Amino acid sequence: MASPRVIIVGAGPAGVRAAQTLVAHGITPIVIDEAERAGGQIYRRQPANFSRTPEQLYGPDAAKASALHAAFDALVGQIDYRANTLAWALRDNTLHISSAGVASALPFDALILATGATDRLVPIAGWTLPGCYSLGGAQIAMKAQACSIGTRVVFMGTGPLLYLVAWQYVKAGVKVAAVLDTSPFGAQLRALGDLGLRPGLLSRGVRFQMRLRAAGVHLANGVTPLAVEGTGEVTGVRYRTARGAEVTIACDAVGMGYHLRPETQLADLAKVPFAYDDTTRQWLPEADLDGRTPVPGIYVAGDGARILGADAAEIAGQLAARAALADAGITSDAAKTDSLRQRHAVLKQFARGLATAFPWPAHLAATSADSVMVCRCEAITAGDIRDAAGPKDAPELNRAKALSRIGMGRCQGRFCGPAAAEILAAARGVPVREVGRLRSAAPVKPLTMATITEPSA
Amino acid sequence: MADQGRLHRLAETGRAALTITVDGKAVSALAGDTVMVAVLSNGRTLKQAEFGGGNRAGFCLMGACQDCWMWTADGDRLRACTTPVTPGMDLITTIPQENVWPVRA
Repeated sequence: MASPRVIIVGAGPAGVRAAQTLVAHGITPIVIDEAERAGGQIYRRQPANFSRTPEQLYGPDAAKASALHAAFDALVGQIDYRANTLAWALRDNTLHISSAGVASALPFDALILATGATDRLVPIAGWTLPGCYSLGGAQIAMKAQACSIGTRVVFMGTGPLLYLVAWQYVKAGVKVAAVLDTSPFGAQLRALGDLGLRPGLLSRGVRFQMRLRAAGVHLANGVTPLAVEGTGEVTGVRYRTARGAEVTIACDAVGMGYHLRPETQLADLAKVPFAYDDTTRQWLPEADLDGRTPVPGIYVAGDGARILGADAAEIAGQLAARAALADAGITSDAAKTDSLRQRHAVLKQFARGLATAFPWPAHLAATSADSVMVCRCEAITAGDIRDAAGPKDAPELNRAKALSRIGMGRCQGRFCGPAAAEILAAARGVPVREVGRLRSAAPVKPLTMATITEPSA
Repeated sequence: MADQGRLHRLAETGRAALTITVDGKAVSALAGDTVMVAVLSNGRTLKQAEFGGGNRAGFCLMGACQDCWMWTADGDRLRACTTPVTPGMDLITTIPQENVWPVRA
C-alpha cells in the first residue's frame, strides 16, 4: 500500500510533535507553517540574526522550547516543510495553500489541524487607539523582535498569560504601571483543586504575582475595565475597582487579553461538527480523545482544538498522529498511546482549573455600551449588534452578521466574535449557545487580488 | 514623548542597519525587523484606518487581526506584523486616493 499523504497545518508544539511521530513511523508529512520559522507562538523563534539565549527568550520554559526546536530541526530533510505558507481553504480532501503570492492545491489522505490560538478579547472604548495591543502581541513584540510596546504599560484582562507577560516586561526593564485582572481573587481559590494537579505551574503563577508586587507593580483583582483613554493614541486606562471606585492610570501602552480562542476555521471548512463547551463558553470541533473528528481523515490537535496550553499540545500532536497512523492501518505502541492519553486528561483538568480561576467575563462583553466599537475592522458597534438583535430580529450570529456586518471584516470575527455572541445573546435574552457561532468562510485569511494560481502539473 | 517611536528596542540592536522609505521620508531599520517594528520604532502610528477614522498601530502581532495592512508606493499592500523589512521598501501610511484595491497590471 502506498504511504498515506498526510498534511499537518501548523508548526507549533502540536504540529511539530505530530510530524515527529509520523516520521518515526515512516511517513513523510507536508508541514504548512504561516511563520518563517517553526515553533508556533508560545515557543516562537526570533529571526536568525538575533542572538538572545533561550533562557532570555522563554525563561522557565527554555528547556521545553529548545527541545521542541531541536525536535523540529532533526526532522529537516524528512518532512516537506513549507514556511511562510497560508492554508486558506479546504474542500474534498484537498488543502489550498498560498505562498509568496502563488496559490496551489494539495490533495491529502489525512489532515492534522494544529492551528493554534489567538487572544480572546473584550472590546472596550478606545481599544483601537495606537498603543493598545493584544496580550499575546505584547509578548511577541518582546520575544520575536526584542521590543516593548511602550515605556509605561498597563496589562489588563485575565488569565495566566497576564501575569507572565507583565513579569517578562518588568524583567526586561520596562515600567509596568498596573496589572488589572477582571477575575475576582476568590475565583483563583475556587480553582485550587484542579490547579493543584500541576503544583509546579501553580506555584509559578503565585511567584509571578509576588514578584510583580515586590517590584512595585500595582495588582488589582475583580476590576471592570471602562476605557482605554487618549486622543489619537493611548494615554491611560480607566477602570472600576472591585469596591466600586473609578480609577485612571496613566500609561502609553496597554496589553489586553482574556485567555485564548482556538483557530477552528479549517476544521469548520472540513465540515467537522462543533459542540458548545460550557466551561469556556466556546464552540469547539468535535473530536475523540486522540483528536479524531467525525469527518474521516480530519484530526485536530493542540490549542486549535481546545485551549489546553503548550504541554498538552505536544501530547495532542502525538495522539493525533497516532490516530492518523492507526486509521491508515499502521500500528504504533499501544502502551505509549495510553500513557499519552492519561497525561492529556490531567492537563485537561488543569485547564478547567485555569478557566475557573480566570473566567471569561461574559457579563462585561454583554453590557458593553452601545458606542463601543466591537469590530476593529469595520467599526461596527455594540449598538449596531443590538439593532440587529432587536429591531431587525436576528436570532443567531450569522443573521446578525448579515444585517450588521459584525464578523465580516478582514479578521473574520477572530477579535469581535466572542464578544458579539455575548452581546447578541444578552440582547435576545437567551443563553449564549443559542445564538450559535460564526460560520467560517474561505479564504480563512485575506489573499491579495494579485495571488496567482500555479499552473496545474 | 510624541516625537519618539512607539515600540522600544530593548536588545538586539547590533544588527545591520538598512534604510526604508515611509511616506517619502527615509527611515532607518535593522535587518530582521518586521515592517511594523521598522515603522513603529521611528513613528507613533502605522496607518490610517479604513473605517471609523483615526490611525492604527497594529494589534495582535501574529497575523490574525489584519489591523496592520499598509500600502506600498507601487500599489501593493502588505501585512506589517508578518512581513520582514527589506532595504529600499517604499511604504505609505495613508489610504491612497486611487487604487485602494490594487490590481496588478
